[in-house]
Order: sequence, then structure tokens, then C-alpha cells
Amino acid sequence: MKLEYIYRAFERFWHWAQAALILMLGVTGFEIHGSIRFFGFEQAVRYHNFAAISFITLVVFAIFWHFATGEWRQYVPTLQHLRAYLNYYISGIFQNAPHPTRKHSLSKLNPLQKLVYAGLKLLVIPVMGVTGLLYMFYRYPQRHEVISLNIGGLETVALLHTVGAFALLSFLAAHLYLITTGATVTSNLKAMITGYEELPEHDSPAATSTTKGH
Amino acid sequence: MKRIFLIVFVLALGILLLRNVLPQRSEDQTPLAELKARYQKKPVSPVNHSLFAALQKDFGKPQEVTEACISCHNERHKEVMRSSHWNWDRTEYIAGKGIRKVGKRNILNNFCIGISGNELSCNKCHIGFGFSDASFDFANANNVDCLACHDNSNTYVKANGGAGMPDSTVDLKQVAQHVGKPMRTNCGTCHFFGGGGNNVKHGDLEQAIFDPSREVDVHMASDGVDMQCTACHTAVNHQMLGKAYSLSSMNRDRVECESCHTRLPHSDNVLNNHTLKVACQTCHIPIYAKVNPTKMRWDWSTAGKLKDGEPYEERDADGSITYTSLKGDFTWRKNVKPEYVWFNGTASHYLIGDTFDPSKSLKINELYGSYDDPDAKIIPVKIHRTKQIYDSVNHYLIQPKTYSSAPDDGGYWQNFDWNRSAEEGMKRINLPYSGQYAFAETEMYWPVNHMVSPKANSVQCIECHTRNESRLAGLTGFYMPGRDRSRWIDTLGGLLFILTVLGIAVHGAIRIVMSSKRKKG
Repeated sequence: MKLEYIYRAFERFWHWAQAALILMLGVTGFEIHGSIRFFGFEQAVRYHNFAAISFITLVVFAIFWHFATGEWRQYVPTLQHLRAYLNYYISGIFQNAPHPTRKHSLSKLNPLQKLVYAGLKLLVIPVMGVTGLLYMFYRYPQRHEVISLNIGGLETVALLHTVGAFALLSFLAAHLYLITTGATVTSNLKAMITGYEELPEHDSPAATSTTKGH
Repeated sequence: MKRIFLIVFVLALGILLLRNVLPQRSEDQTPLAELKARYQKKPVSPVNHSLFAALQKDFGKPQEVTEACISCHNERHKEVMRSSHWNWDRTEYIAGKGIRKVGKRNILNNFCIGISGNELSCNKCHIGFGFSDASFDFANANNVDCLACHDNSNTYVKANGGAGMPDSTVDLKQVAQHVGKPMRTNCGTCHFFGGGGNNVKHGDLEQAIFDPSREVDVHMASDGVDMQCTACHTAVNHQMLGKAYSLSSMNRDRVECESCHTRLPHSDNVLNNHTLKVACQTCHIPIYAKVNPTKMRWDWSTAGKLKDGEPYEERDADGSITYTSLKGDFTWRKNVKPEYVWFNGTASHYLIGDTFDPSKSLKINELYGSYDDPDAKIIPVKIHRTKQIYDSVNHYLIQPKTYSSAPDDGGYWQNFDWNRSAEEGMKRINLPYSGQYAFAETEMYWPVNHMVSPKANSVQCIECHTRNESRLAGLTGFYMPGRDRSRWIDTLGGLLFILTVLGIAVHGAIRIVMSSKRKKG
């Protein structure tokens, strides 16, 4: 095993801030939805709105960082090695087989991750952001008598927001479990805390693969 | 670069945090503090009526007092005679029925039903003297009763069964010398006792409002700003603002909280966003009938039972009448949570002679509005439900003669004969009576506007935004967070989550088993 620097300071801050905010949004959101009772409805709404604005701010900074550093390319989905990874998680992992590709700072994500994260960033998060902002501000056109922009009711907005919330909930469960599937059970977690990840020294069959653009 | 970026980010987050956590407006900068200060000032009358020469005499008849009033206020009686307080009749547009004259003179309700044939008793509350039948001269200015509204001595009372004449015990000189702007004691004398007793009709207007605490009514509280009715029900030339939808049907001349409190009164935007669709009263009047019970149900069909040939009454522990031979069974409630309806300021009215389907509950004054109506808001209402007499052949409501002033005049309260009472009553409203009567379910809607609670006692979010027992459970046609959901989305979303967790459990279990096998092997 060797230690390799994978996650930079901003990435780690971004990840944990996002984790905390999504947890908060999840708990308060499902309380507003009526699924759980925790903070009380009024506080849940207040915290949810605050966490939402904070989350959007964070997203804006993260987008800027990804474009400024070119790191966005890491998320471009690819079919390369997809089958290998499916096979790995369905059978290889049980036989202690090595990961199909080598992880390093220029290729942090495996093809399954690329697919899922691209889906989150291009679909789920934008839908949640847009429906969330509409949820907060849909009264403004009517209040200021901008009739052409009037939104009749919350139903579509709220139901889309709920669909997104359930998608994120299942993502969160899978994400938490997949933390344990690194080189060791805790290596992924440690990497996201310290930036350095324990990775196997021997090269895997596809070790030379890197992300396009590098 | 990286460092600058981080610093900017942390600063931005910090500012955001402070903006959201710190209060945005402190209490003494809100319009509320300004309003409190404004209404705490109580003006003193610029004149002392007890010194006026015109009032230095012993008045034989109340009409002489009116003459004395008019001798100085020589245009005011004309204003009064244009008001609905005087005419008990006003021109209203009613959707589907057109322009009609509607008022106490010609409308039926589901309490004591109507004045026709019962004027001696009902018209105690008319601001005139001697409105004892339909022949009353509404053009005679001397019959205007100035004192009913302007007595500030709190000694003026009208006689029972006197058609608006003052009680014989009243010292007219004393009253005439102590007149001023109307106070709660003036308005309340009639408006708190409508329907034959305290708090029968409104539920939020009753004798406790003569001297209420802040908990009962923040505006009129004797220990608070102590506002009089006329602070909100302002008048220009005796035309008062304020609408009772038991008689009105048009969206005009209404008193609105917003005129003082503005359309966006909260410091919290989430609350302000409610004001487009939710009336102030909905959250700020969590319960009504806070001190004394109000009548919720009246069953006329059980009236007329006698004990040893005599009428009798039964009372509950509070002292409220639960049965009287004269009127039937009553149900009273205290600290009542209102029911809620959409309301755009317009209402329909059952008019004399309208036929209806007695198999359904008749809405005597249906309030109009829906979620999709941009003028409609959710308002709290008291719904008074009654079983009352109708003509079972002609299918319209009956105006019975109930009050009796002479032997065998057909008044129900004397001989307990519905047929006679219906005959006499219907004669007076010029409608045929078939001779067959039965009792039909009716509803009246009374918007609840008074008994506004202190801020801390407002309805809490969760009382509406909840799956079960939401205060707004009865209002449909719109999505409300916390109350509504799509069962499909919740079921499928839940299923996805359960499958994910199951998948994880199975996958993890296999990993653990295989890894322990490897270690052993």
C-alpha cells in the first residue's frame, strides 16, 4: 500500500459542506413533507430555506472551481471500463479482486461514479435547485401582479421536488455503503478527510487509463 | 489564488449566515408599534352637551330628543336615513339573481328566522322609534333614534317588545346630555345579542367584548389599546364600513386588517407569502367564543313540548339554554376552532320565495371563492346549522309568526301551533302557504373577524401543514406542503430506498462472508 494525494483542500471542504447541507436539507425536507417530526414544522422550513440558499452558494463556488481548475473533465461520462466495473461490483469484489482501474489524482472517478455524478449534477441537483427556488418564490409574480409569470399552484413544483428528494435519499444510502469498497474498508473515508488515499502498489490491468483531456 | 478564493468563500458564507440568523427588523421599527402608539391616544370630546340650552328640558317622548339633536345637527338625520342601519334594506347585486333589495326587512335567517310579524320584538334593535310593522314611515326624521348609538352615559336601553322605543325607566334628559361618539357599549347592545341572546349569532361578538382582556381581543382589550368598534368600522356621513355576510353579498365597503397592518405585515417572508391566499384572521383568530359559548345548532323541530300544559326550559352547566318549548333544542360551544372556506368577498342569499331541495342542507348565504380565484382567500367561519320550518309542498322556507302581542294572534310562542304561525307569517310576506310544513336543514356562514389573539397564540404552522387533522383538511383543489403528497411518488420513492438498503445489506453480507472464508482458508 502507498499513500497518494487525491482530494485537494477545496474538494474536501466542498464535499463535507455539501454532505452537511444535504443531510440538513434531507431531514428538514422530509419533515416539511410530513414524513418525520424533528425540529418542528416552522423551524424545519426556516432551516431548510437557509440550508438551500447556502447550498446554492456552495454550488456556485464549486462550479467556478471546477471550471477554473479544469476538474470538470473528470465527470465526463464514459462507457470505457463500465462493464469491467459492473463485473467488479457483482462478482470481483467478493473474491477480493483488484479494482479494474487505478485511482489517482487525474482519474478520481470510476465509470460508474462518472455516470451517477453526471446524472446528479446535470439532472437531480438542477431540478432540485429550480423547483426549490420556485417553491420559495412562486408567490412573487402574483404578489407583484406580473400575471404573465403567475404560477397557479405548487403541485407540479412540489411533486418534482419530492421525486428528487427520494432519488437523493437512495443515492445517499448507496454512497455511504460504497465508501467501504475502497482498497480497505476505511481508505475512502480517510482520503476524503486527509486528502491522501491508501491505494494498492501493484498495477491493475488497466492501470494506464486516464481521463480524457490530460 | 486558492487562498483568496477560500477567504472570499468563507466571508460570503458568514454574511449569509448573519443575514439569516439575525432578526431583520426590530419590534419598535415595525408598523405595529406605530399603530399601537396611534391608537393609545384617546381624543377628548370638544363639546359638553350637558351645557347646551336645547337639552335643558325634561323630554316627554324620545322623538323630542331627536328634534333637539336635529336643531343643531341639522343635516345628520338625512345621512342616517340613507344608511342601512336605518333602512334595513339595501341594493345588492347577487350572482344569478341580479340586483335586489336585501336587508333585515326582507331576508330570512336560521335563527329567529325573520322580522315579519315579529316586529315588536325584533325591531327593538332598529335605530328608530316604532317600526312595529311594514307600514313604518321611513321618511319621518323624528323617528331616528340618535341615542341608541350616541349614548355615552351607558343608561339607555330599548324596551322589550317595544319596536325600538326606549324603556320607560330611561332618563332621556340625562342621556341626551351625555352623548358622544359610539362606544362598544352602544354597538354591542344590539350586535352582541342578535338572535335572542348573548353570542347567539356571531360567536366572536358578545358581552365579553364590553370589557375584554388582551387574550380575548388584542384590539379592544381594556388592558390594551382599548379600541372602539368605530376605530375600524369608520364612517363617512354615517355610512359605516364593514359587512355582515348574513345580509351583504357584494365585495365593497369591507373593513380590512390590511388597511392598517399592510399587505406584508410580517418580518418573515415565508409568512408574508401566505397573505395572498390566507386572510389574517385565519391564523390570528385560532378560536372564537373564548369567554361565553355560542350557538352552533338550533333545532326548531322539537319546539312545542309542554310540561303540565306549560312551556319550559332546560339549561346546561354553563347556564345556557339547551331546550326551550318556544324554540326547540340548542347546541352551544365555547373556545370553538373555526371552519374554513375560500372567500372572495361575494355571497349568495336565499331570498323569500326561493325554492330549494329539502333533501340537501340549504346554504342560506353561501360564500363564494376557490383556490383558483385570485380575489379569494381562506377565511375562518362559524357555520350555524339549523332545522327550520319550510313549506313541504311549495319547497320554500316559511316565515313563521313567533312573537305574540295579543291573545290568539297566531304567534307560535303563545299557542305552539306551527300551522297558525305559518299562516300568519306567510300572510305578511305575501306568499301562499300550502298548509303542509316540515323541517329542513339549513346553514348560515358567519365570517369570524373579531377576537384576534395576541401574536403568541396565533395558529401554528403545523396545525394546517399536517397530514392528519389539518385545520384546512376540508379545503381541496390545491397542494399544501405537509398536508398533501402523491401516494404514488411516496410509495415508489420509499420502495426505491428500501430496495437500495436491501441491496446494500445483501452485498455487504456476501462481502463479509466471503472475506471471513478467505481468512479461514
